[in-house]
Amino acid sequence: METTTLTSNFKSEEYFINMGPQHPATHGVLRLLLTIDGEIIKKVEPDLGYIHRSIEKMCERDSYQQIVHLTDRMDYLSANINNEAVCLTVENALQLEIPDRVKVIRTIIGELTRISSHCLWWGVMGMDVGALTTYFYGFRDRELLNDIFEETCGARLTMNYNVPGGLMFDIHPNFVKRVKEFITHFKTKLPEYDRLLTDNIIFQKRAIGVGVLSKEDAISYGASGPVGRASGYSCDVRKHHPYSALDKVTFNEALRTEGDTYARYLVRIQEMWESMSIVEQLIDNIPEGEHRVATNAVIKLPKGEYYQKVETARGELGVYVISTGTKSPYRLKFRSPGFSNLSLLNHIAVGGKIGDLVATMATLDLVIPDIDR
Amino acid sequence: MKNEELQELIGSWSPNLTFAVEGSQYLNVSVPIDELHDIMFKLKHNDQTNLDYLFCLSGVDWGEELGVVYHLESTNFRHSLVVKTQTAERENPVIDSVYDIWATAEFHEREVFDFFGIKFNGHPNLKRLFLTDDWDGFPLRKDYEDNINMIIK
Repeated sequence: METTTLTSNFKSEEYFINMGPQHPATHGVLRLLLTIDGEIIKKVEPDLGYIHRSIEKMCERDSYQQIVHLTDRMDYLSANINNEAVCLTVENALQLEIPDRVKVIRTIIGELTRISSHCLWWGVMGMDVGALTTYFYGFRDRELLNDIFEETCGARLTMNYNVPGGLMFDIHPNFVKRVKEFITHFKTKLPEYDRLLTDNIIFQKRAIGVGVLSKEDAISYGASGPVGRASGYSCDVRKHHPYSALDKVTFNEALRTEGDTYARYLVRIQEMWESMSIVEQLIDNIPEGEHRVATNAVIKLPKGEYYQKVETARGELGVYVISTGTKSPYRLKFRSPGFSNLSLLNHIAVGGKIGDLVATMATLDLVIPDIDR
Repeated sequence: MKNEELQELIGSWSPNLTFAVEGSQYLNVSVPIDELHDIMFKLKHNDQTNLDYLFCLSGVDWGEELGVVYHLESTNFRHSLVVKTQTAERENPVIDSVYDIWATAEFHEREVFDFFGIKFNGHPNLKRLFLTDDWDGFPLRKDYEDNINMIIK
């Protein structure tokens, strides 16, 4: 048969394929509708809402103390930082003076949460690109942190440790000792992560030059967290709008310029080192004092609008509260980092292959309940 | 730029803007609905304002009116501005899309359409984002009622 007949018989055409909602690489119930031509992606359309609970509507009914509990269930890997965001909003609105002890403990636990979240991300990132060992390494180290959280407040994941006005309980007497033990342990383990995956040539081939996001696009798409910083966009809320004790510590903002999957990977690895450094600066100097200041049983924010941003493990979380002076907010909006980071997926995945999409998704580090609020 | 300088500069673009600073940590500006797109375009592309980061876009049901609130920040100068616009039309509210100015608005506007029923002129793919296409009503509106799924206290 001649070559010309062959080509005309085997012409390609675009077709649709579902990735998710129960696909292991989407880490949650996210459905991506892919338009593909052969293996080349032409369009990615996310289909959301499988686990939408309408937290924003529930907030219009609940008291501010109750709202804190709901935020755990958004980005559950940054649960403590989400709690902190709502508490800070309420405290700033009431102009409460928060004890230094509370600020320092919040920052330490926030950074430990970030390490724990990045450990999990690193584990599943490796698994997504075919390296199963990373999963066990990541979970092994994360387990130690969860044990510390459990001893501190009774919960391992959805912590609910913050309340408006401070912390629910004081820290456990073992807290300082165990955190120091963890830092010592993790400093020897993090270089193993590099040896196992970062310098792995197979992994590098999967990651370098894949899913490139330029700085201009990162800003335009509202990218934040490691996704924005890997594109050279300085967007660390901890640097630009410091909260709690973050103005008392020195750390470097992890910045890269390549904007590809590998850069996003390296930014998160560096962030774990930076978080350890922040914890080390604070852990020996936790001020004495109260762990909580008294608030009214029924909290009513003065009439007005309040906005608070914090840096979760995924990026910028914003809490926008409109209060009319009643016990519940008139309107409460969560600006979640995952939502904006997902919106740029189509932009960076088009033209790549399905395997590249999996690697790209892994470094966007999406947590679906954070998107389906 | 300081808030006063921002107010002076932006105020010179149109006589129909109203500014407010009370009850908010940011400078607030209310823009009439028909001037929204022009003003937003200038806010991003003017060299002095350069508000290139739209960090939050929220729909709000003010009772009589439906509105949209845009939180903007400049990544160069680190100043912020809140832009508000609203419409008294509840049956068929239409506001210009700003997705061509900030790409992140595409998803955020779909969310507002989903929950508030505000239509965005010029949006490339305006359909429900979280809810199914046959969902009746817009849940985040204050007059939304669902006797089965909502617990009213």
